[in-house]
Amino acid sequence: MGLKIIVCIKQVPKAQELRIDPKTNTLKRAGVESVINPPDRNALEMALRLVERHGGKTVVVSMGPPFFDASLHEAIGMGIDEGFLLTDRALGGSDTVPTAYALSKTVEKVGDYDLILCGEETTDSSTGHVGPGMAGHLRIPQITYVSKVGLKDGWVEATRTLEYGLETRRGRTPALLTVNFGCNTPREPTLLGKIRAKRGGVIKIWNAADVGADYSKIGLRNSPTVVSKMETVVLPERKGIILDNGQRDAVSKLLGMLADEGVLRVG
Amino acid sequence: MVELKPDQYRGIWVYLEHRNGAIFKGSIQLIGEGGRIAKELGTELSGVLLGHGIRDLAQEAIEYGVETVILGEHDVLKEYSPNAYCLALAKLVKRRKPEVVLFSASKNGRALAGRLHAEIETGLAADCTAFEVTDEGLLAMIRPAFGGRSLAHILCKEHRPQMASARPNVFAIPARDPSRRGRVSRARLRLSPSDIDTEIVAFEEFPDVQEVKLEDSAIVVAGGYGMRGPENFRILRDLARELGGAVAASRKAADSGWVPKEIQVGQTGKTVRPRLYFAVGISGAVQHLAGMQESDVIVAVNKDPRAPIFEIADYGIVGDLFQIVPKMIEELRAMKHDGGEAPSPATIRT
Ligand SMILES: Cc1cc2nc3c(=O)[nH]c(=O)nc-3n(C[C@H](O)[C@H](O)[C@H](O)COP(=O)(O)OP(=O)(O)OC[C@H]3O[C@@H](n4cnc5c(N)ncnc54)[C@H](O)[C@@H]3O)c2cc1C
Repeated sequence: MGLKIIVCIKQVPKAQELRIDPKTNTLKRAGVESVINPPDRNALEMALRLVERHGGKTVVVSMGPPFFDASLHEAIGMGIDEGFLLTDRALGGSDTVPTAYALSKTVEKVGDYDLILCGEETTDSSTGHVGPGMAGHLRIPQITYVSKVGLKDGWVEATRTLEYGLETRRGRTPALLTVNFGCNTPREPTLLGKIRAKRGGVIKIWNAADVGADYSKIGLRNSPTVVSKMETVVLPERKGIILDNGQRDAVSKLLGMLADEGVLRVG
Repeated sequence: MVELKPDQYRGIWVYLEHRNGAIFKGSIQLIGEGGRIAKELGTELSGVLLGHGIRDLAQEAIEYGVETVILGEHDVLKEYSPNAYCLALAKLVKRRKPEVVLFSASKNGRALAGRLHAEIETGLAADCTAFEVTDEGLLAMIRPAFGGRSLAHILCKEHRPQMASARPNVFAIPARDPSRRGRVSRARLRLSPSDIDTEIVAFEEFPDVQEVKLEDSAIVVAGGYGMRGPENFRILRDLARELGGAVAASRKAADSGWVPKEIQVGQTGKTVRPRLYFAVGISGAVQHLAGMQESDVIVAVNKDPRAPIFEIADYGIVGDLFQIVPKMIEELRAMKHDGGEAPSPATIRT
């Protein structure tokens, strides 16, 4: 039999390439490459390791526009067995309520899972609400902000990072876990894996009707929240005085300038 | 969806998280902010306490400014578990219909609110740093977006309650007044042990090692992955001591186990706003900047001249931190011996 683990991933703009346009004080988005949301890659790695240890099957699920299949290809390239992309114009503009709903419908359709893994949050909207929302819809246990996981006889035990300590929780499977960014080193996709991803049948495309999602519960119109305005934050002007340590007295110069700023009270 | 009659919902709720017989600081801060919002909307502030044997906490909440404490005590709530707490809150919300529910954006607070908002199908804004009441009497839930370059105003127009989590340490702790009186309203909750989805099997508390509290420090010396290992943080502690500051770290350094998680700065760590912030061996990822970019003066030490941290630095040195930091310490010490006034911590901005 073995396990069945579903990993939910999202494609996001690549963070390193996000630079601020000094004129408009907004992020330059044009031409920014997309990647798998970084914590989701840790979730994929966690799933692969669990299945290596216990045997079974891994499935990746994503919701988004058709070009999100690039992420699914990469996940398959890493060794995930099968992928599903939920894509439908009617899902456009969904906030976390319809997203959690539609994804929970999708994993139900995939069916028979022991674990669902999500990243702790996304780098583009950073809410961390979709994973717990799905767990609520599915009425299954949730363990969030997990770095370590163990499975045994229908139980999952996971260690989570809280503000004040490390907490290990135990719950029945099926369960949903959200995985900490940086808790493992995700493997790179292999050439063989990428070739496999291109084969027919490995990645399937579903629309909302395919997963049985109610159209009156998805999309922009059925999202409780709206962004009413975006305010630009005017960050303090920075001096940008950058010295080179090659200069012999760089350190003294720096300390001198800091003293002049009044942030060091040096005589 | 739930009933769409927003005007039937009245009152501001603050969910009060607690541990070891004390309400979390983040929740207490929300009592202050929730009270302000309640006043502006001409309504009442309630605090929701869930647990078992926590009657004493109600008085604490009242002393900080809660008018009514909704006390939900039950065996099943003895220990926090996401499902049981979510079901308890969902029942209370459906029964009493508050217009706003606020959570502290702690890890548990965020995950609980995330489960609840799907359960009761209403809007939830994460990690807010400000709230405003609009002309229509809605709550604008304001949160940083795009790595803190923008502030998004989020509204939940038709669904109730309007829910948000608020970033800890953004709002001030309100004054505590032992003479304040309030109401305690006991909530009857029908829950069963099978509602407990997970239980704690082990817990390891982080040691409280920080001599100077990061959030209160006027000078912060932060180290990143460029520090290469835990032993090297010693030179940052020395530098911090010379400057009269506190040590902090990037997430990559904290996740590597080099320093305690509680001194992590950034989007998923602490927000600091010192007079002087030293970023040593930190590349300057947007998630790090989110926690420190409002510092008065930013100094960066990095061997990579193209590291993004230099883009928001007032001063910087490009070079090997293992040469630069010891040199700084040495020169600061020399300044003291030269009869110059010892560098003392700059005053804390209020
Ligand atoms: C969901 C999410 C949340 C996150 N939250 C946070 C957060 O709260 N806080 C946070 O900090 N990060 C956070 N991150 C991580 C963030 O994206 C970066 O990965 C992290 O900040 C990098 O840490 P760093 O700068 O220490 O390491 P690196 O990016 O590896 O940078 C190390 C730097 O050290 C320099 N260096 C190396 N050796 C030397 C030397 N000898 N002398 C001088 N310089 C040297 C290098 O040039 C490099 O710039 C988050 C990421 C995600 C996905």
